[in-house]
Amino acid sequence: MAAGAASFGWPGHPSAAPAPDDPAPQMLPLRLTVNGRGHDLRLDSRTTLLDALREHIGLTGTKKGCDHGQCGACTVLVEGRRINSCLTLAAMHEGDAVTTVEGLAKGEALHPIQAAFIAHDGFQCGYCTPGQICSAVGMLAEARAGWPSHVTADIAGTAALSDAEIRERMSGNLCRCSAYPNIVAAIRDAAGSDL
Amino acid sequence: MKAFTYERPDSVAAAASLAAERPNARLIAGGTNLLDLMKLQIETPTTLIDVNRLPLDQVADTPEGGLRVGALVRNADLAAHPRVRKEYGVLAKALLAGASGQLRNKATTAGNLLQRTRCYYFYDTSKPCNKRAPGSGCAAIGGYNRIMAVLGASESCIATNPSDMNVALRALDATVETADAGGGARTIPIAAFHRLPGDTPEIETALRPGEIITAVSLPKPVPGIHLYRKVRDRASYAFATVSVAAIVAKGDGGRPSAARLAFGGLAHKPWRDETAERILVETGSADAAADRVLAGARGYGSNDFKIPLARRTLRAVMDEAAHA
Ligand SMILES: Cc1cc2nc3c(=O)[nH]c(=O)nc-3n(C[C@H](O)[C@H](O)[C@H](O)COP(=O)(O)OP(=O)(O)OC[C@H]3O[C@@H](n4cnc5c(N)ncnc54)[C@H](O)[C@@H]3O)c2cc1C
Ligand code: SF4
Ligand code: FES
Ligand code: FES
Repeated sequence: MAAGAASFGWPGHPSAAPAPDDPAPQMLPLRLTVNGRGHDLRLDSRTTLLDALREHIGLTGTKKGCDHGQCGACTVLVEGRRINSCLTLAAMHEGDAVTTVEGLAKGEALHPIQAAFIAHDGFQCGYCTPGQICSAVGMLAEARAGWPSHVTADIAGTAALSDAEIRERMSGNLCRCSAYPNIVAAIRDAAGSDL
Repeated sequence: MKAFTYERPDSVAAAASLAAERPNARLIAGGTNLLDLMKLQIETPTTLIDVNRLPLDQVADTPEGGLRVGALVRNADLAAHPRVRKEYGVLAKALLAGASGQLRNKATTAGNLLQRTRCYYFYDTSKPCNKRAPGSGCAAIGGYNRIMAVLGASESCIATNPSDMNVALRALDATVETADAGGGARTIPIAAFHRLPGDTPEIETALRPGEIITAVSLPKPVPGIHLYRKVRDRASYAFATVSVAAIVAKGDGGRPSAARLAFGGLAHKPWRDETAERILVETGSADAAADRVLAGARGYGSNDFKIPLARRTLRAVMDEAAHA
């Protein structure tokens, strides 16, 4: 068992079979707004935002890696803030503006972060990439709002977006192909442009 | 995940009534701990009460010069709050050392206070665990227990409280405010909020069934250098093996004139020993303080390293304070 993985607990093997006294599944009518478009759905109350996006709306750009908040592949923006869509319920986001990787480009024009990932080869297999890109968009908004990070020397002041800052702020997105140096380069580059 | 009924009450009173009336109900705030555990069927509530739309998301100054932090204030917002960054640095630093940017955007003050242990066997439903299934035994004692407690553990449970925020709140002597269905309200000092495992490791806090956390209050700022040092298995996005929250005021010749020290990763609750703080101020020696804190420490095999690590982390913190 790798020490790093162990520190996040042990993803066990839940028994899926319902017991006789389990309550019946609850179906909820729900309107979700994703990339500016409304979707009227009827979902089991257990549906995560991630599964609603992928399985019910058909937006498969957002990826499922761990389904437990440990990898960042499922990162989307809710009201401009990055979150893990696997650890929240669709029902909790009725009325919120959800943005996925499919909603970042303006027509044929890629979002500057998307363009920078291509220019810097910020991926290999690409599985983590939608999460990396959504996370970077959210992260740059946080940095522009003056939020400090764990590596900020003076947390009461403002920090320049150094490579160390980018790495720390992006630590919630793992890349199994280890494209990290190029991801950092892409974000460094895009951070300077008008987003 | 087991099926449940989803409810979204529109007031704290309505949420408290639901929590009191429905058997096996749970509040859901950020959901970052609860849903993780529900997917593994470690938590199996039959009613989920979504509190996210309740007006508990404000940070306000108190008449005493402190801060009152609403139960639903996100960890990210609390860490970015100007007064927290300037006057409660130990709290901002602890929050920023926890989880990831995405998780901090969701995680709430109350949810973080109540987050459950990361003990591997608590997470593994094929193993005995007194916390998950009271009376079944403890697989961590005699098992792989690298992340477990070295202080205050019991024959029933050696789990730790995994929160970074809670360690800082203990150093700051925060107060937890609650409401219940009968219209009652309580304030619980953080020192009495989290419990040691004893014979009932499934009871983790002083919260009563159905009681809702409304806020956490911080007394007026404690002067001094605010530090939070976290030792973990990777540089970011990992729980603490050992952490130290420290507030150190310096007197003549840079010697500590007042100190508050709280430890994470060592016990079932944030660990603070006021006698050790007095010893630190009297002797100026981090080792003398560590001797006192760790006097009753006991390892269980794979976590023996935590005892010297706690001492070294305290030394490093005092060194940092001396040079700040
Ligand atoms: C991959 C990963 C890494 C992490 N790393 C760290 C780390 O390094 N350091 C750290 O400290 N934490 C870490 N965390 C844990 C994280 O901080 C917690 O999951 C989070 O703080 C929980 O807050 P929440 O609002 O999401 O709680 P929820 O999951 O919504 O709730 C947690 C519990 O609190 C109860 N609750 C919520 N609000 C109230 C209320 N108002 N009154 C009464 N009960 C309430 C719920 O019923 C539930 O039992 C990590 C989590 C993950 C998934
Ligand atoms: S240490 Fe506590 S949580 Fe872990 S297996 Fe033992 S009883 Fe369960
Ligand atoms: S799939 Fe959500 S964090 Fe891994
Ligand atoms: S590019 Fe393959 S996981 Fe990141």
